[in-house]
Amino acid sequence: MRTTGGQLFMLVVINAALLAVGAMISGGTYLSPFNLQSMAGQLPEIGFLAIGVMLAMCAGNGGIDLSGIALANLSGVASAIIVGSFLSSTDNETAFSIAFIAVALLTGLIGGTFNGLLISRLNITPILCTLGTQMLFTGIAVVLSDGRAVAVGSPELLSQIGNGLFLGVPISFLIFVSAAGLIAALLKFTPFGLWLMLMGTNPKAATFAGFPKARVLIATYATSGLLAGLAGVIIAARNVNVKWDYGTSYLLIAILIAVMAGVRPEGGYGRVICVVMATIALQLMSSLLNFGGLSNFVRDFAWGALLLTFLAVGRYNLVGLLTPNKSRKLV
Amino acid sequence: MSATHLQDAAPSRRSAFLDLVSRRPEIITFIILLAICVAVSVINPAFLQPSSLVDIGRASVVMGLFALGVFIILAAGGIDVSFTAIAAFTMYSMTLVVKDHVPDMPIALVLVLATAGGALLGVVNGLLVHHLRVPSLIVTIGTQYLFRGILLAFIGTVWIMSLPTQMGAFGRMPLFQFESGDGRTITLPFYFLVLPAAALLTWWILSRTLMGRAIFALGGNASVAERLGYSLKTIHIFLFAYAGALAGLAGIIHAAANRQANPFDLVGSEINVIAAVVLGGARITGGTGTVLGTLLGVLLIVVVNSVLVMVGIPSTWQRVVVGGFILLAAGFFMFCQKKNN
Repeated sequence: MRTTGGQLFMLVVINAALLAVGAMISGGTYLSPFNLQSMAGQLPEIGFLAIGVMLAMCAGNGGIDLSGIALANLSGVASAIIVGSFLSSTDNETAFSIAFIAVALLTGLIGGTFNGLLISRLNITPILCTLGTQMLFTGIAVVLSDGRAVAVGSPELLSQIGNGLFLGVPISFLIFVSAAGLIAALLKFTPFGLWLMLMGTNPKAATFAGFPKARVLIATYATSGLLAGLAGVIIAARNVNVKWDYGTSYLLIAILIAVMAGVRPEGGYGRVICVVMATIALQLMSSLLNFGGLSNFVRDFAWGALLLTFLAVGRYNLVGLLTPNKSRKLV
Repeated sequence: MSATHLQDAAPSRRSAFLDLVSRRPEIITFIILLAICVAVSVINPAFLQPSSLVDIGRASVVMGLFALGVFIILAAGGIDVSFTAIAAFTMYSMTLVVKDHVPDMPIALVLVLATAGGALLGVVNGLLVHHLRVPSLIVTIGTQYLFRGILLAFIGTVWIMSLPTQMGAFGRMPLFQFESGDGRTITLPFYFLVLPAAALLTWWILSRTLMGRAIFALGGNASVAERLGYSLKTIHIFLFAYAGALAGLAGIIHAAANRQANPFDLVGSEINVIAAVVLGGARITGGTGTVLGTLLGVLLIVVVNSVLVMVGIPSTWQRVVVGGFILLAAGFFMFCQKKNN
C-alpha cells in the first residue's frame, strides 16, 4: 500500500486552497452560504458515478465502468415512463416519488448486475463490456422516450431530495455522504472489501486462494449500477425533466475524480473518502471557473489537462516528494 | 453403428468450425454481413441499387480510416478514443489556415500537412501513454478533452460553410460516374481510393515489417516483448502517431466530402468505430486481428446504420442494435476461445 495519508492530505490542502482562491477572487461571495449550498447540491450526481468508477477500477484486470451516466439516464427515463404510466406526479405526490425512486434504483441494480454477469461469466473485458452496455443503455433510453425529454414534474418528496435543505445542508449532499460512508464501511469491514482489493492486486493469486471471484465481480458492478441508479434519482429530482443525453461529459469527470483520488487504474487500491474529497475539489474548481466567466470549452480543456496532470502525479509519486516521511515508493 | 458415427462426427465437426472461427473470427463478421445484406434486399430491393451501394462505400471511408488506426493500437493491446478529437482539430485548423492565409495551397500539400498534424498530436498521445504507464483508455480520454478543449476554446467555434475551392473540388472529384435508372448521376468520389490505399499500407506494416511483428508482440505480452529487445517507447510513439496521421487525413476527407468544416463534428462517434474494429475480430486485449476483418467490421456497422430505416426499423433503435452487436460479438469470441482451450 502506498501513501494513503499523503493523498488525503494533498486533497484537503487543494480544497482549502481552492476555497481561499475563490474567496479572494470573488471578494467573499464564493463562501456565501447560498453558493456553498448550491455547490453541495450539484456534486452528488457526479460523486455517485465516481464511486462507481472507483469500485470497478479497484477490481483490477482493466476494470472500469464506462456505462455509469448512460445507466443513470436510463434509470431516470425508464422510471419516469413506467411510473408515469400508472401514477400521476401531481395527484399522488408521495406514492409517485417512492415508486419513482424504487424503479430507478431497481433499473440501476439490474443494469449493473448485467454488466457484472457479462464480465464475470462470459469473461468479456470490462472496457468492451461497458462500452457496449453504455451504447445499449443509451439506446434503450432513446427507444423508450423516442429521443425526447420526459417530464418528471416536482412532486413533494422528490423535489425535497433535489432541492431541500436539512439544517442548511442540501439533502442530496447528505444522501451522498451517507451512501459514501456505507460503501466505505462495506470496503473496510466486510470480506467483500478485502476480496475486492486483493483480487485487484493480484487476480491470479485470488484464483488460487479460492476467492469467489465471479460473485465479487458481480457485486462490484451491481453496486456501481445501484449508485448510477441513485445518481439518476438525484438528476431527476434536481431537473424537472430527464433525457437520455444528460451530462455527456460526466464519463470523463467521473474517471478524472477517481484518478485524482489516487485510485490505482491497475486495481487494488482506492479510498472512498479520497473520492469524496476529490469530488468536492472538482466542484469547487468548476464553480471557480464559472466565477471567472470562462466558457464550457475552457472547462473541457482544463479537465483534460487536470486528468493528465494527476496521472503524472500518481506516476512519479509527486505526493511522496511533498510529504517525504509518510511515503515509500511503490515498487 | 451409424448413430454412433453421427454422434462422433457432430461434435468434431462443430469443434472444427469453432476452431476455424477462433482462428479467423472475421468469417463470422462476413457471414453476418452477408445475411443482413440478403435479408435487406429481400425486404427492400431498393438496397441493391448501385446508388445505395455507392453511398455505403462513401460513408465507410472516414470510418474505415479511423478504424484502421484503432485496429493497429488495439492489436498492440491499447485503445484510443482521442482520434475523433485529433481529426476535428486538424480538419478545422487546417481549413482555417488554408482559407485565411494560404488560399492557393495545392490540395496534395493540404492532405500531407493534415496527416503530419494528426501524427504530431498522435506523438503526444504516444509519449503520454508510454511515460504515464496507465491504461491508454484513461490517457486518451484526457487528451480527447484536451485537444477538443483547445480547438473550441482557443481556435474557433464558427462553422465554416464554404470551404476553400481546392478542398471542395477534391471532395467532388469523381473516380467514376454513371447514370442510374431514374436519370440521376451517381458518383463514386476519388477520395474513396484513400481507404484501400491506407488498408494496404496498414496490412504491409503489420505483416511485412519488423514494426508489425513488434506491435503484435506487444499486444500478446508486453513484458516478454520488452525482454525480446523491442523498444516499447518507439512502438508506442509509432502506434499513436500512425493512428493520429490516419485521423488527420480522415478529418480533411470528412470536411471535403461534406463541403463544410464543423468543429463540433466527429467527436462522439468513437464507440461506433471501436465497435467496428471489435466486430472485425480484433480482441480488445491485443495480439490478434486482421486488416480485412477490420474493413468487414466497418462495412457491417455502416450497413447496419444505413439499412435500419430501409427495412422499417425506426432510427432510434440504432444504438440498441450496435450496442447489442458489440456484446454479442464479444461474448461469442470469448465463448469460442474457451471451447478451444
